[in-house]
Formats: sequence, C-alpha cells, structure tokens
Amino acid sequence: MRDYTLFIPEYIAAGSAAGIIAAELFWPNIRKDLLAYLTALAALAWGVASLFYLGDTTGNFQGLIQTDNFTAFFRLMGAGIVVVVALLSAQYLRDRTKVAAEYYGLLLLSGCAMVFMASARELITAYISLELLSFCLYVLVGYLKRDNLSSEASLKYILLGAFASAFFLYGMSLIYGITHSTYYDEIATGLGARGADTNQAVVVGFMLILAGVGFKVSAVPFQWWAPDAYEGAPLPITAFLSTLSKAAGFALILRLFTSAMVVDAVEWRWAVAIIAAVTMTLGNLVAIQQTSLKRLIAYSSIGQVGYMLVVIAAIGWGDAEVGRNASTTLLLHLTGYVVSTLALFAALTAYYNRTGKDTIVGLRGLSETQPFLAVVITASLFSFAGLPFFAGFSTKLFMFQASVNGDLLWLVGLAVLNSFISLYYYLMVMRQMYLYDPEEGLTRFRISPVLWVTSAALMLGVVFIGSYPSPAFHAAERATETLYEQGPPIEARVP
Amino acid sequence: MTFDEGQGYVVLATLCTPLLAMFTLFFVPGTNKMAARYLAAFAGAIMFALSIYIFTAYQVGGGSSDIQMQLRWTWIENVAFLGKDGVSLHLGVDGISATLVLLNGIVAFAGTLISWKLDYRTKDFFILFFMLVTGVYGTFFSLDLFFWFFFYELAVVPLYMLIGIWGSTRKEYGALKLTLMLVGGSALIWIGIFATIHEAGLGTFDLPTLWAAGRDGTLDPTFQKTFFPFFVVGCGVLAALWPLHTWSPDGHMSAPTAVSMVHAGVLMKLGAFGIIRLGIQMMPDGADYWMPVLMVLGVTGAVYGATAALTQRDFKLISGYSSVSHMGYVLMGLATLNTIGVTGAVLQMFSHGVMTALVFLMIGALYDQAHTRDLKDFGGLAKVMPIWVIFYAIAGLANVGLPGLSGFTAEFHIFVGTFRTYPLAGALAIFAAALTATYMLRMFSVVFFGPLNPRWASLKEMTLLERASGGLLIASVVAMGLYWAPFTERIAATVTLIPGVTG
Repeated sequence: MRDYTLFIPEYIAAGSAAGIIAAELFWPNIRKDLLAYLTALAALAWGVASLFYLGDTTGNFQGLIQTDNFTAFFRLMGAGIVVVVALLSAQYLRDRTKVAAEYYGLLLLSGCAMVFMASARELITAYISLELLSFCLYVLVGYLKRDNLSSEASLKYILLGAFASAFFLYGMSLIYGITHSTYYDEIATGLGARGADTNQAVVVGFMLILAGVGFKVSAVPFQWWAPDAYEGAPLPITAFLSTLSKAAGFALILRLFTSAMVVDAVEWRWAVAIIAAVTMTLGNLVAIQQTSLKRLIAYSSIGQVGYMLVVIAAIGWGDAEVGRNASTTLLLHLTGYVVSTLALFAALTAYYNRTGKDTIVGLRGLSETQPFLAVVITASLFSFAGLPFFAGFSTKLFMFQASVNGDLLWLVGLAVLNSFISLYYYLMVMRQMYLYDPEEGLTRFRISPVLWVTSAALMLGVVFIGSYPSPAFHAAERATETLYEQGPPIEARVP
Repeated sequence: MTFDEGQGYVVLATLCTPLLAMFTLFFVPGTNKMAARYLAAFAGAIMFALSIYIFTAYQVGGGSSDIQMQLRWTWIENVAFLGKDGVSLHLGVDGISATLVLLNGIVAFAGTLISWKLDYRTKDFFILFFMLVTGVYGTFFSLDLFFWFFFYELAVVPLYMLIGIWGSTRKEYGALKLTLMLVGGSALIWIGIFATIHEAGLGTFDLPTLWAAGRDGTLDPTFQKTFFPFFVVGCGVLAALWPLHTWSPDGHMSAPTAVSMVHAGVLMKLGAFGIIRLGIQMMPDGADYWMPVLMVLGVTGAVYGATAALTQRDFKLISGYSSVSHMGYVLMGLATLNTIGVTGAVLQMFSHGVMTALVFLMIGALYDQAHTRDLKDFGGLAKVMPIWVIFYAIAGLANVGLPGLSGFTAEFHIFVGTFRTYPLAGALAIFAAALTATYMLRMFSVVFFGPLNPRWASLKEMTLLERASGGLLIASVVAMGLYWAPFTERIAATVTLIPGVTG
C-alpha cells in the first residue's frame, strides 16, 4: 500500500534541509550560527513529529519500508544526534568557512538516510539509503576544503567507501541469485528452502554483505579509513561519524540479520565472532599508541564496535528469545555510547574553539583551566571504559550478559579484558588533565554558554543512563519487539 | 521502595550521606576551603554516628533472618532477560557487614579529620574521598549482585586521581599500577558474574536468591568449581592475595595519608568481603574444592609480607608489606571454612582496618613535618614527640598481636581455626607473627630511642585533630582487644549460617 503519510517526519527534515540551503542562497550574509540553530530546530521538529509514530507497528510502505518502533527509535536517536552536532558546529564552522548551508542541509539528510537504513526491509532500499548516508558523509568529511587533511580524509573515505559499496552489491546479487528475491522475509524463506549445493555462494554472499556493512561501522579489517577520516574531518563531523554513522550501520545490520540472515546463521556467525574479536583487540591495542586525540577516539570507537558485534554473533548463536534480548541490550548500549560520545565531543569542541589544540598533550592541566570540561571528558571516557555511575558500566554489563551463552563465553571474556586494556589509554588522557599543571600563561577561561549547556545536559544523560538505565532499557525493548515478528516464522535451517 | 524489615531507612541514609556530601561539594566554590572542610567533617561525623547505630541495632538472633534492616527498591525489572526483581537496590546488613560498616564509619571519620590540614585542591579531594567512601558503604550494604559490583568498582575509580594528584613518592607509577591491577581483578569478577547469571538462569541479580541457587545445586557443582577462582582471584587482587599483592606497597607508598588510611583500612577488606559474598556464600562447592589452594596462598602472603617488611627502610613500605602479611591471615581464616576461623578472619578485617589506619595516620603526622620516611634518618623521637611515640607504639603492638589489643583477638581466632584444619599452616602463621614482632621492634628501637638527630629537635607534637582521630582509632583497637563479645557474636550469627562452614 502506498501510504505516503508514513514519512512525514522525514519530509520535515528533508524540507528543512532544502529550506536552509535556499536561505543562504537568497541571503548570503545570513549569520552562520543562525543556520546551525535553525538546523537544530528542524531536527527537533523532526523528532517531535516522529513521536506520533510510537507504538505503530503496522506502517508498511509496499513491503519496502517498515515504520515500527524500531524505526521510531532510530528516528529519535538520529534527530537527537543532529540537534547536538548542529549545536556543536555553530561556532566551529562560523570561524572556518564562509558557506555553511550545505553542511547543515547534509546533516539533516544523513539523518533521513539513517532512518531508511533502519526501516528498510528490502535489500535495494537498504543499499540506496546506505549510499545516501555515505555520500552525505563524503562531503561533510571534506567540508573544510582549504584544509589538506580534510580533503585527504574525504578522498580516502570515498575510494574505500566505493569498494565497500561494490562488495555489498556483489553480495546482494549472490543472495538474490539463490533466493530470487530482495525482500528480507522472502530471502528468509528462500534461504530456508535452498539446496545444500548452494553453500559456497551463500557463504560468499554473506561475507561480501558483511564487508559492506562492516565498512560502515568500521570493523576490522575494513577500518582503515576511520582514523584518517576522523582526524581530517571537522571536529563536529568526527562526532557525527562516530555516532550517527555507526548507529545507522547497526540499525541496518540488526534489521537484516534478525530477519533475513538469521535463518542461515551457521554460515556467518563464526565470521562475525572472529571479526568482533579482532576488531576490539586491534582497536584497543592500537589506541594505546596514539598521540592525537581524534585518532585515539577513532581507535577506541573501533574497540566499541567490537563489543557491539558480540551481540550480532550472539544473535547467530541463539534462538529468537536470545536474539531479541541481545538486540535490546545492543540498542541500550548504543544509546549510552552515543550520549557519551556526544558529551565527549561537546567538551572537545568547546576546548578546541578556545585553544585550537586537539592532541592528548594539549589537554594538559585542563582541570585547572576549565574544570567543568575536564569533568565532562572524564565522565565520557570512564563511560567508555565501563566504570560505574557512567552509562558504559550498566549498558555494557547488560549487553555482555545478554550475549553470554555456552559458545560465546570466550568472546565475552575477551571483550571484558579489552575494556580493561582500554582503561589504560583513557587514564593517559586523564593524567594530562588532572596530574599536570597547565602550560605557562594559561589561565582559567570561559566557554560559550551553548556548549556549556549542551555538554552539561549530555553529561547528565551519561550519569542518568549509567545509574538508572531502566527507562532506556524499556524503550529499547519496545523498539526490538517487532524485529522477530515480521515475516514468516523463522526456523533455523538444518544444514 | 519497600522495607522488608524496619530500619532499612537507616542503611539508606548511611549510604546517601557521603553521596550527598559529594554532590553538595560540587557547588562549594573551590576557593572556600573552610566550607569544604566543615562539610566533610560534618558528613564524616554523621556517617560515624549512623555506623555505630547500625552496629548496635543489629540484633543477634533477632529478626526473621540474619540479614536485617533490609530495603528493596526495584530498579530494573521485566525487561529482556531480567524477570521480577531483575535488578533492585536491595540493601541490608548481616553480622559480617554490620562489623565492617562500623569499621568504615570509624576510619572514614578519622580520615576526614586528618585531611583537615590538606591545602591543595581541598574541595576536589573531598569529592573523590566521599566517592570512595560511598563505594565502600555500598559494597557492604548491597544484596544485589549488580549494585554490589557497581559500588565495588566505584570504590576503585577515584583512587587514580586521589593518589596521582595528592600522593607523594612515585605517585604516577603507584597510581597507575594500583588502578590497573584492581580493575584487572574486576575484569575477572565481571566474567564470573556473566557466567553465574547465565548458569543460574533466574533472571535476577538478587544475591540471597543466588546464594540459594548455589546451595540447592541450581549452580552446578562443576560450574562452581570452574568459576570460583574467577571471584577469588578477582577479589583477591584487592585483598592483596599473594602473588597479586604488588600494587599494595607501591600504592600505599604513594598515597596521601587519608587515602592510605581508607585504602589499607577498609578498601582491602572489600576484597576479602567479596570472597565471602561471591565465593563462599554463593559457591559452597567451589569453596570446598579450592580452599586448600587459598590456604597455601594465604600462608605464603603472611610469611612473605612479614619477611619483606623486615628488609624495608621506608615507613610506608613497612606498613604496606605488613598489610600484605595481615591480609594473608584473613585469607587463611577464610580458607579454614570453620566457624572460628572465618569469624577470626572477619575480626582480623576489623582489627587490621583500625590499626593500619592508625599506623598510616602516625606516619602521615611525621612525614608532614619531616618530609622523609627513611628509618635511618630518625632516632630518639621519644624525646621530642612522646605522644606520637605512644600512639605509634600502640598501633605497632596491636600489629604484633599483644593481648589486650585487637590484633590478639583476631589472630587468636584465626590460629585456632587453622590448627584445627591445617596444623602446618598454623605453625607457619605463628612464625610470621614472630617476624612481625621482629620488624616492629626493630623499627621502634631505631626510630623511638637512641641518640636524637639534632635535625629533628624542632619537630612538634601532633596536632589536636591528629590526636583526636588517633584516639578514636586507639579506642577501637583497645575496645576490641578487651571486650570482643559484641563483635564475635554478630559475626558468628552469620558465619554459622553459611553453607559449607563447619563448626
């Protein structure tokens, strides 16, 4: 059924994007930070509009797009991320470029792309939304075109991204060849009924799809672009890459793997487990040696992706109930991770706007010069490390608990050891902030009120999710309850 | 929120006092040091009073079970794999934790008093200090595995900064080593928790429910034997289990006085407490299987720590190694798995807590004036600081186990328990006690007596606050040494109910 009303929130977002670009076209001298606040407002309206779709599980556009609670969850998360990133960009971009409207328009469009990645129930739709997101990000990463690092990052991202897309397409076509469909539920049926002689094609197809989405979430060995893109991109876009892009990747993975591919879990789960193990270990070990803060965060977020992939492996090993629990906790952890990352970047942007430093050593003596920022950074880093009071402790604990089963205890153990390793490099950042005195001549400074409020609110969010995760947990459960209920009942294929 | 039994609110108030103090301190301007000090001392006094109340209000043999003053506040339930009471803020005290809560009240109060003179970033210090105290209280009170671990980790978090910012000798190294080793231990506990909750399959983190599961075989005996070491080694790091004790001397050497006091006095006991809560109470079959190993490690720690202390010249290193030695006794007491031995272990936790706090307090009082802690630099201090010498001597003699002081009571129980089960270990432990006497008396002779180095002629006697907090600790040491019945009856009330602990 062609129900065009399902996308009203996205009309708002995309329409505002066009409106903002037009605004600068007609009034070239418009204040650039005003554009940022308009974007934040538009994203807010988008989030409010999507509240009306909560609880609606039947919204379905031609079998291609499903607007259930899962979609609503990512709509809200996307809107929230765009609000924060727009606020972070206001001063940063005003100081650095003359043309800013496309930047803000693309932020909103990336948000829409994320929603469609979360709601797609058909491979080509999923692919197109994935590409939409990628193209927005290619431009955003290279937005500071006079900055060589930014251009280099963008180029690297485009070249590798093109490869990843090609992998994904190739994988899609192999799966289509075997199941004769691109719809998730028909793929499930087709995979259940296929003959044993198609094993090789299916495995290759799965691996190629895994490579495509693995690139998006920067899982090892598809992570090569991430540190360079993170380092070169404008600081708010680094935040955008490590939150929205990863969340969108996991939204697509969850929808695809729980409905279509879970039938043939035997053929891919080992690969996901290995990728998860390698991703977290490599990410955390390499992070230890970094001197640039952005690269450190890049590798630390690669480590985080490794933890989240444990859940995908658990979905492959468990039945529907385990899968649903694991998906719920993944969304919970994703929420905590997104809030912590945004809090961290809000503080870093405030610091960068003031001092222009983005190395670890550059944070020296921050607890003297700006104790508030030091507290926010501490809260987010401790949240990543999984220490109590902060989001990471509870969300990680529940996520790993839901993923434990007889076959995966080793992987969960490895994940715990990894989060122990990660504490070391977070402490190295803390050391600069708290144990050393600031450089000569640096005195206490103030930060802009917008960023102060943003980071304070996000830090409260980190503490709230960490000490009282119940509301986020229940929201995540509501979001995942439809994941396993669409399409034909899923029974694991007996090879 | 439901109160299973009256007075649960006292427990909640005790837990919230340091938490509230911490949040209030955030809003005190950093320049107003006096306000921070008064607030800290006030909160410390309240915690002290509440802890005494909890200890005295605990009724031996009264109430419906040995766990009293319970409170249950549903936190997360009926979501994903969590069922009813999935995670609840379940607080309460049993005989063991009532004793340790008292210990924490005493040491934390003494710690706030002794930090009065701290002048560098006073407010930040107290914020982190109260975070540490919250973590310790929470661990003692929690009857829910999630919150137990939450508070256990919370107690470790602030140490890096407390030692790194306010510490002394090699502070960065000490802080990093300590934090990484303790969190590494937590990683093992974390894995153990995942395995246990999965194996029990009850959809709840409630500890009494899990203890019942360990008793009735829901946690398979083979499973218990496999995962018991995760908890014991994980918690053992904090309890200075040999050979994972190496953070302890370095950490204590670097830490500021009040942190050393709370850390050696209370925090190390969290490790032993964890072995009781998660090891012995939750996995009786595993405990039964692994206890000989724990006994060997405990004895080794006791002898090794005493031997190492014999060779040190730094006051704090001597006390650091002496702590390793005394925590070795605690582990031995636990490993006996008989009532008198385990009771002795808990007594030793209390006794060592107060006397080590006293020792570190005295060292701090000297170091603040002398700025050196090398034994060889001193001599004849009895002439200039007689009160300091008396206080230190009492602490040292309690360490040695002089009858009439707390150390004797505790060690006597442990040795009796050990001789019943492992006579050889008991003999070695008495050898370690003899070594303790040797290093203590050596220190006394070098520092207190002999010719006075003119460099120290101008040393002043302890300040009033130091005397007050020292006096508080000495009172506890003497009280337990002379009249231990209130302690033993409370501890034994719970210990006798632990499955696997024989008469």
